[in-house]
Amino acid sequence: MTSFLTAAPRRLMVSALALALVASASHAETLRWARVADALTLDPHSQNEGPTSTLLHHVYETLVRRDTDGSLKPRLATEWSIHADDPTIWVLKLREGVTFHDGSAFTAEDVVFSMDRVRHESSGFRALHSAVTGATAIDDYTVHIQMAGPSPLYVQNLTNFFIMDSGWAAANDVQVPQNFAAGEENFAVRNANGTGPYRLVSRDPEVRTVLAHFDGHWDADPQVTEIIYTPIAEAATRVAALLSGEVDVVQDVPVQDIARLQQTPGITVGTGPENRNIFFSYDQASPKLISANVDDNPFSHPEIREAMALALDRDAIQQVVMRGQSQPSAAPLPPFVNGWREDLHAYGAPDYDRANQLVRGIYPDGFSVDLHCPNDRYLNDEAICQAFVGMLGRIGINANLISQTRSQHFPLIERWETDFYLLGWGVPTFDSAYVFNFLVHGREEGYGSYNGARYDNPEVNAMIESLATMTDLDARDATIAKIWDKVMEDRVFLNVHNQLLAYAMRDGINLPVHPENQPSMADVTFAN
Amino acid sequence: MQDTKPRGRLFRIWDSDVAASFRRSPVAIVSGLVALVIVLAAVFAPWIAPTNPYDPSSLNLMDGFTPPMQPNAFTGNSYLMGTDNQGRDVFSTILYGARISLFVGVSAVLLAMVLGISAGLVAGYRGGWVDAVLMRVADVQLSFPSILIALLIFGVARGIIPPTQREAMAIWVLIVAIGLSDWVQFARVVRGATMVEKGKEYVQAARVIGVTPLRILIRHILPNVMGPVLVIATISVALAIIAEATLSFLGVGVPPTQPSLGTLIRIGQQFLFSGEWWILLFPAVTLLALALSVNLLGDWLRDALNPRLR
Amino acid sequence: MLAYIIRRIVQSVLVMLAVALVSFALFRYVGDPIYAMVGQETSLEDRAALRDSLGLNDPFVVQFARFVGNAVQGEFGISYRLQQPVMELILSRLPATLELALISGMAAFVFGVAAGVYTALRRRGALSTAIMTVSLIGVSLPTFLIGVLLIWVFAVELQWLPSFGRGDTVTLPWGWETGFLTQSGRASLILPAITLGLYQMTLIMRLVRAEMLEVLRTDYIKFARARGLSNRAVHFGHALKNTMVPVITITGLQLGSIIAFAIITETVFQWPGVGALFINSVRVVDVPVMSAYLVLIALIFVVINLIVDLLYYAVDPRLRVERGGVRH
Repeated sequence: MTSFLTAAPRRLMVSALALALVASASHAETLRWARVADALTLDPHSQNEGPTSTLLHHVYETLVRRDTDGSLKPRLATEWSIHADDPTIWVLKLREGVTFHDGSAFTAEDVVFSMDRVRHESSGFRALHSAVTGATAIDDYTVHIQMAGPSPLYVQNLTNFFIMDSGWAAANDVQVPQNFAAGEENFAVRNANGTGPYRLVSRDPEVRTVLAHFDGHWDADPQVTEIIYTPIAEAATRVAALLSGEVDVVQDVPVQDIARLQQTPGITVGTGPENRNIFFSYDQASPKLISANVDDNPFSHPEIREAMALALDRDAIQQVVMRGQSQPSAAPLPPFVNGWREDLHAYGAPDYDRANQLVRGIYPDGFSVDLHCPNDRYLNDEAICQAFVGMLGRIGINANLISQTRSQHFPLIERWETDFYLLGWGVPTFDSAYVFNFLVHGREEGYGSYNGARYDNPEVNAMIESLATMTDLDARDATIAKIWDKVMEDRVFLNVHNQLLAYAMRDGINLPVHPENQPSMADVTFAN
Repeated sequence: MQDTKPRGRLFRIWDSDVAASFRRSPVAIVSGLVALVIVLAAVFAPWIAPTNPYDPSSLNLMDGFTPPMQPNAFTGNSYLMGTDNQGRDVFSTILYGARISLFVGVSAVLLAMVLGISAGLVAGYRGGWVDAVLMRVADVQLSFPSILIALLIFGVARGIIPPTQREAMAIWVLIVAIGLSDWVQFARVVRGATMVEKGKEYVQAARVIGVTPLRILIRHILPNVMGPVLVIATISVALAIIAEATLSFLGVGVPPTQPSLGTLIRIGQQFLFSGEWWILLFPAVTLLALALSVNLLGDWLRDALNPRLR
Repeated sequence: MLAYIIRRIVQSVLVMLAVALVSFALFRYVGDPIYAMVGQETSLEDRAALRDSLGLNDPFVVQFARFVGNAVQGEFGISYRLQQPVMELILSRLPATLELALISGMAAFVFGVAAGVYTALRRRGALSTAIMTVSLIGVSLPTFLIGVLLIWVFAVELQWLPSFGRGDTVTLPWGWETGFLTQSGRASLILPAITLGLYQMTLIMRLVRAEMLEVLRTDYIKFARARGLSNRAVHFGHALKNTMVPVITITGLQLGSIIAFAIITETVFQWPGVGALFINSVRVVDVPVMSAYLVLIALIFVVINLIVDLLYYAVDPRLRVERGGVRH
């Protein structure tokens, strides 16, 4: 026991020294990357989940990619356009001379195959491609995607559509994504053959995944040649690993540690806005609430909704709960999403006197209601709810906080078992329609699955449905503006802020913050 | 000297062997004092604490992260032990938190005691298949990790209790969960002692003259096993308080708006690296002082009640 | 003898069934696994279909029967979260937990016995009081806090030891991944082993002390002393030897508790064992992994209990009489 007690530190120092020598001497650069959770699977069409897609972007590639400024950039597709004669067809020109890691060539066949696979019923991405009826290879490097109707913004749904090799899939019997009910493991869960800048060297799920640069990649060589990816679930341990020099980049930095890390010599922190808004919402349609102690529905009164908005001190939450790491805003829409306007973002200072008057005008003794909150999903989610409970207490609303894990929280919204809740929403398509479809449209076939507000306005529903097929983008934007005006007027959401992302890294590493929290280690540059 | 009876009794207690050993043991005196101070502070928290941390409407978020005895940058307020991330006064929160922790700990142990003593008495007295079944169940529990049992009970309770009642019931669920995972040692000790006592002549005699088994158990056997039971109970209180803290780390426990000491520590450890040491340090020291003094008292009690060790 | 063994085995099977039933009942209440399995875009209809295809809408009895039927064949299905066969997943994580449990158990035993003997022999000494008091600190703070504090001191401030993970591992021929054979693997073990073993060490120390004190007062020791044997011979040859049987028994039975507390230690240190796997599974309601873990834990302790009982039966003739007397 004692022998390795004393030997360990020396050994660690030696290896750190060796690493420093390697770093300055050659181009071989290993990057040790830690974040809160591992990818769930390597199957590119199975789980539509943040950490999974982030890792997969290194091994597989998409037709288009989302740049750090939010714009679309060519990747495996070099050009994309709507067919000149038929607005229901998307025409994609593919990159030539691309090979998969096993050496086989990338062609239109692979895109057609992947399009079928991603639309299979066991795919987690299926809903993003529900408007597609089929894909056809016109030649080796041209693909036509046939839509059910005009879909002018469909290309925005392709940023997480990974291309798999049809031959490899056939050889390994992975033509469809993992089917849980079948009770068998799919070969693609732990093996991969993509066109990405890195190939899979080894994978021990939830322990360590090693990737190495793929020599045959079509793009310029990245500075990082080897990636060691380690999930570290505990926040304190993750920060400790960076402070002790055991990892180089930490992706999910707790907000309270950002300031301290920024001051620590040898460590830099990059921050940027994430495409995710955090808001409260409430059942404003039911005649009576499940948990309230009054006989009608308080949230159905516009005065109560206004009072709650007046009580929400966004700046205090930003300064104290988020340590400055958030962008307070009135509308649940990040600035880079289509439909964002300056006036949607504006919010006023809290006015507790006025809010109190509004509440007491209807309920002289105030009222009480349960507030549901996740405690492991968003940055400081539980603390945000707790802070709002205090603010509501000052205006006579006694909110009873129920915070629980996400697998218990989200079904409440889905099953309409909550009156009042916190939710975060990202907009992967970078278009307001995504918000409307899931959160504003009345709940019916394909719409409103997260509409816990029970908001159901036929006029608004019709406008939302029209967005899907409008080809005149100016008219479409005008409709979006009209919908937002109505949504804000009816106070469907009580938005708190847009989350900021923070990546902490060793000095000398430069990793830009990605708005969808999908950084690519191929973008890392080293300063000398 | 007219009012001799209460004084006489107090004096007898003070003069007893146990009390004498208490007076001779500095460790016992110090830990007794520490435990007493914390318990009194917890019980009288609503009268001692400068603020009520459980009243959300009294909190000002801008007071958050105030260092101890320094004015807050925005509000100018200053607090003895600073404030936490919600602007709650740490000192008041500790008093209220200790109240919850002690309540959970003591209630859970009382529950475990009642269950364990009953099971032990019945198993020891009746013997036969009753004993076999009870002891087999005890075996299961003793080797099956208590923390897992508490997790299981918590999970089951979640499903049975209607959603709107869950938060209000959380503390009772905790008590049941910890209590149920802790009854076995009481049962074992009591069973052993009961089997010994049951063979003695006075019990046989009582049985012959028609005293009911229940009366025999309660009047004759129970008093004889209370010594070891008390020792186990003391140490179990400390363990139950720690178990509550551990469960809170695993995400089951009291609501964050009404934190226990364990919840405070779970929240505080998030600020270990960010420089707000007081949010962790004060609750942790309080928990340590409480659990340590109760443990030391249990130790002393064990030695004091064991005449052979004197 | 044979009747006794059969009876004990039947009892063990009943216990296993009870554990399976309880753990299975629990899963209906911990949350909805569907949420973690599909993305936010998935329609309510698709969710309902998936729930149906997984059999989550079947009556409880049907689900339980299916579970037991499969479990008997060692078939626990596919993890909802990691999409791998559950048995394979658990077997690949088991070495990490067992190595950690073994090292911390051994350390707890060695230090616990040494400290226990010392404090028993020098019952009123200052150092004994100090050891007794300090050891209590280990059981007076929650495990997770001890772990975080150790990381802070030894990994961040002093930078002597790694803060997370198992270091480099070597795969032995039969698939056992060991961390014992590499420098970093051994260094990574130290902090988690201390965190996990502290509680057990205190327990063993107090047990040894109590047993020693009992034995030292017996006539047997008095005779030994009267025979003129040296203190050393009396203490270690006679007294300690006699305390070892209960101590070893309790230590063995504590294995279950070590594995349970490994849940917390593994979470804090990102130790890739079954405990961390279990807790991660609980968070997203990965029912197949949770049930397999609980059944595994139950199996471990049932087997240990069975072995302990049978050993006692074989070793101690009095027990045979007593057990027989009680039962018939």
